[in-house]
Amino acid sequence: MVGVRKNRLRVVGIFIFVMAFILGQGVIFQGFAAKKPYKIGGIFAITGGASFLGEPEKNTARMIEEMVNARGGIYGHPLKLIIEDTAGDETKAVNAVKKLIYRDHVLAIIGPSRSGTTMAVIPIVEKKGVLLVSCAAAEAIVSPVKKWVFKTPQKDSDAVRRIYEYMNKKGISRIAIITGTTGFGDQGRKKLKELAPDYGITIVADETYSPKDTDMTAQLTRIKATDAQAVVNWSIVPAQSIVPKNMRQLKMNIPLFQSHGFGNIKYVELAGEAAEGIIFPAGRLLAVDTLPDTNPQKDVLSFYKEEYEKRFKESVSTFGGHAWDALWLVVNALEETGPRPEAMRENIEYTKEFVGTGGIFNFSPEDHSGLTKEAFEMLTVKGGKFVVLGED
Amino acid sequence: MSFFSQLLQYVFTGVAVGAIYGMVALGFNIIYNATGIINLAQGEFVMLGGMVMISLTTGLKVPMILGFFISVGIVTLIGAVIERGAIHPLKNPSVMTLIIITVAASILLKGGAMFIWGKQTYTLPAFSSSTKPISFGEASLNPQTIWILGIMAASMIVLAIFFNFTMTGKAMRACAANKLAASLVGVNVKLMVLLSFALSAAIGAVAGIIITPVALMDYDRGTMLAIKGFATAVLGGLGSNIGAVIAGFIIGLMESLGAGFISSSYKDAIALLVLLFVLFIRPGGIMGTTGEEKFKK
Amino acid sequence: MGKKNLYALAALTGFIVVLPLVIGNPYYLGIFIFWGIYSLITIGLSLLIGYTGQISLGHAAFFGIGAYTSGILSTRFGLSPWIGMIAAIFLAAGLAFVIGAPALKLKGHYLAMATLAFGEIIYIVFNQWISLTGGPSGFGGIPAFSIGNFSLESDFSYYYFVWGIVLFVFLASINLIHSRVGRALRSIHGSEVAARCMGVNTSGYKLKIFVFSGALGGLAGSLYVHFVTFVSPGTFSVMFSIVLLTMVAVGGMTNIWGAITGTAILTILPEYLRAFQDYDILIYGAVLLGIMIFLPEGLVLGVFNIMRKKIILREVEEEKLKLKKSR
Repeated sequence: MVGVRKNRLRVVGIFIFVMAFILGQGVIFQGFAAKKPYKIGGIFAITGGASFLGEPEKNTARMIEEMVNARGGIYGHPLKLIIEDTAGDETKAVNAVKKLIYRDHVLAIIGPSRSGTTMAVIPIVEKKGVLLVSCAAAEAIVSPVKKWVFKTPQKDSDAVRRIYEYMNKKGISRIAIITGTTGFGDQGRKKLKELAPDYGITIVADETYSPKDTDMTAQLTRIKATDAQAVVNWSIVPAQSIVPKNMRQLKMNIPLFQSHGFGNIKYVELAGEAAEGIIFPAGRLLAVDTLPDTNPQKDVLSFYKEEYEKRFKESVSTFGGHAWDALWLVVNALEETGPRPEAMRENIEYTKEFVGTGGIFNFSPEDHSGLTKEAFEMLTVKGGKFVVLGED
Repeated sequence: MSFFSQLLQYVFTGVAVGAIYGMVALGFNIIYNATGIINLAQGEFVMLGGMVMISLTTGLKVPMILGFFISVGIVTLIGAVIERGAIHPLKNPSVMTLIIITVAASILLKGGAMFIWGKQTYTLPAFSSSTKPISFGEASLNPQTIWILGIMAASMIVLAIFFNFTMTGKAMRACAANKLAASLVGVNVKLMVLLSFALSAAIGAVAGIIITPVALMDYDRGTMLAIKGFATAVLGGLGSNIGAVIAGFIIGLMESLGAGFISSSYKDAIALLVLLFVLFIRPGGIMGTTGEEKFKK
Repeated sequence: MGKKNLYALAALTGFIVVLPLVIGNPYYLGIFIFWGIYSLITIGLSLLIGYTGQISLGHAAFFGIGAYTSGILSTRFGLSPWIGMIAAIFLAAGLAFVIGAPALKLKGHYLAMATLAFGEIIYIVFNQWISLTGGPSGFGGIPAFSIGNFSLESDFSYYYFVWGIVLFVFLASINLIHSRVGRALRSIHGSEVAARCMGVNTSGYKLKIFVFSGALGGLAGSLYVHFVTFVSPGTFSVMFSIVLLTMVAVGGMTNIWGAITGTAILTILPEYLRAFQDYDILIYGAVLLGIMIFLPEGLVLGVFNIMRKKIILREVEEEKLKLKKSR
């Protein structure tokens, strides 16, 4: 110990050397810039607990980058996408956005994937005046309207409205809700409770499960003990697929509704036979095959689905679709106005009739989400596939 | 649903969940007994077991039983490699160093799994051809739970035979009791450490395979399983296999009864409060011998 | 406090003061701010681990308590962030006392589990007490600190604010180590039984340090929340407790210089690895494993020991040369 104390100065010397080395490296890396590409940032939860969102979003964004550059870029300027991982973590997202803004000097940012990370980065983009088109669902992102922030996923409240309208039609008035304890589940739970009285619906049980839970029979047993006529399972994590399985095990025969967070055919595969008959609102992407040719979204949807599945050898999900819509909005704005952030922002704000995967977008200064409840279609699972629920 | 059948259902749920925790805790114990290490990469062994099995049976169409043994074999090998690569090179490491090393190993395994299997969640078909739940009045039990309980019991018996009736097993127990003394009577302590990692990886893999049909599996699952397993092992008393199984059921039951009668939002907190409460009364866990623990450290 | 420590601290202070003048980019400043904030927690943890030999897997909870207390008081109750900060420190310290008093009687892995369970319970409360914490979605709109009319909103001013506090805490901690308390602490690390026999109130000291480190966690949480201006539970999960522990271990747990170094490395490394895209997780794991295998006493002491060996070797060589010449 004596020797150590004697040489503390040297320890400090090493300490400062190590620091300087690490920091210095960062500065050297800072220097590279291409000739004249248009730089767009993408921040997604590529790893971590929400990677099932970030992965298809990243893939989709890369795919669009290739497409744009294959056709000669934007008036000759190549599109350069700089993608950063948030790991679904707020602190990492804050750092990533700062990197994109202050080091890479991007023109606009798409993402983040999660509502929480989006809320965390909003103050930064608002302060600096950088266009952000989020791929996260929570309505708080765009309400109240923030000057520089837009989002492409459909609204939670519209999904709730579609479910409640359907329930009204079927004479269901007493329901149980079971939600995941993530930002998505939490927002859905709020909206489900808030809108229930408007539709004359009573929530008789309110249960939650955490994203890594492996068994929900306890919660479902509680629900079974009530007189609920239907269950709404609102979550975005894969664990939601356990709910239908457990309901089957408990022989609960009441209908199961899910949220638009069910928008991945993988979730149906995970739930197996138990998924049959699940009803949920979603963008039309999932049931594009059963869509009539007259539907204005049909072309975009089948094109995206085909390209994505060809390239990445995995089934398309609505999550990747959110990135598709976000990036095309930015690219279109860039094409029409050139690389001027304020003009691009205004361009998106006045975009009308933009046909995306999530619906037909009509933005305005009062509405930075651009979608109505018509963006949703009620879908059901039949034979392991998503099909449009007929008006019966 | 009557109160009684509700209660029965909660018990079933608790037992099903608790069996999983118990299995993971067994893996913790094996390494702890031989080395005094808490291997925080234990959850990754469970994850790998499930994932390898998925690739073999649904990807390569290997029959279930054969796939089971191959998966366990592969993960056992990974466990051994981890020991040789990360634990073996150390000379007199501190407990903290060992904990951080297992954290690093877990990050590497998780990262590797992310590259191999991607970020999707997978499942396995149930072991029984009939997936019809077994009914007890209004309560019902998933047939896979019977498999989990059965395989857990079988693993317990195999472990008990191994530790009590084989030379190697006895040697491992000798290491646990006193490393120096064991090496003096000719036990190859380093080899026993290697064996303990291999064995606990195998137990982890078995756990991973049997829970995947009900719990699903993805590359990111290990950490949560490790934390639950660690809690279970500590509650049961580190090193005690019987303790681990009992503690698994206690935590499982606390969670399901907590979710059923108090609040599903706080079910995990309820189980953890019980754990804290037990630790404050019995600082060595349910089956732990606190006096001995004090002198050993 | 020794003269050498004073020089060392002066060098560190100089480094910290000059840093933003060289690298003014808000992105880097932001990372340095996180480095400072996390350093507060790891200094406390390092005192706990390195000087009393106790482990904690629950320090993310104190960080979270600080963040939520300060955040909630300054938004929902409209109080000044300064009041929030003081409340954060006291609430975190109080909780540390409540959990520490029974938990510190436990040994080794049992203590690790008890603190982990505590952290997990607090994390669940953040998630579920929705009316107060905003639940899993969290809440935003948290104001920044200001001194009089001067807002500490910019990265530049906040950097100096945070690091001013860190250096003060660092100085206080060095003083603590070199006081009577510090000697008592080291005796606990050496042998608790022996210390107790010598009349050192071991459990009292352990608890005091635990409470002190909890308070530092609370302070860090408050600084975090008024910087990011948004808070949600994810930041305070068990994983973060493990990251904090890793920071202390990487730097070297027997030395608070190690805490500040390890924190720097594990805060800056992931940002640095962004260039490697998906491979970052593998590189991160490999670096961590490498450090722990080859420098198990931590980076600061490890590198130092290697250098010392070299210096000794060189001195031996010189002696030999001298001997030859004289012959």
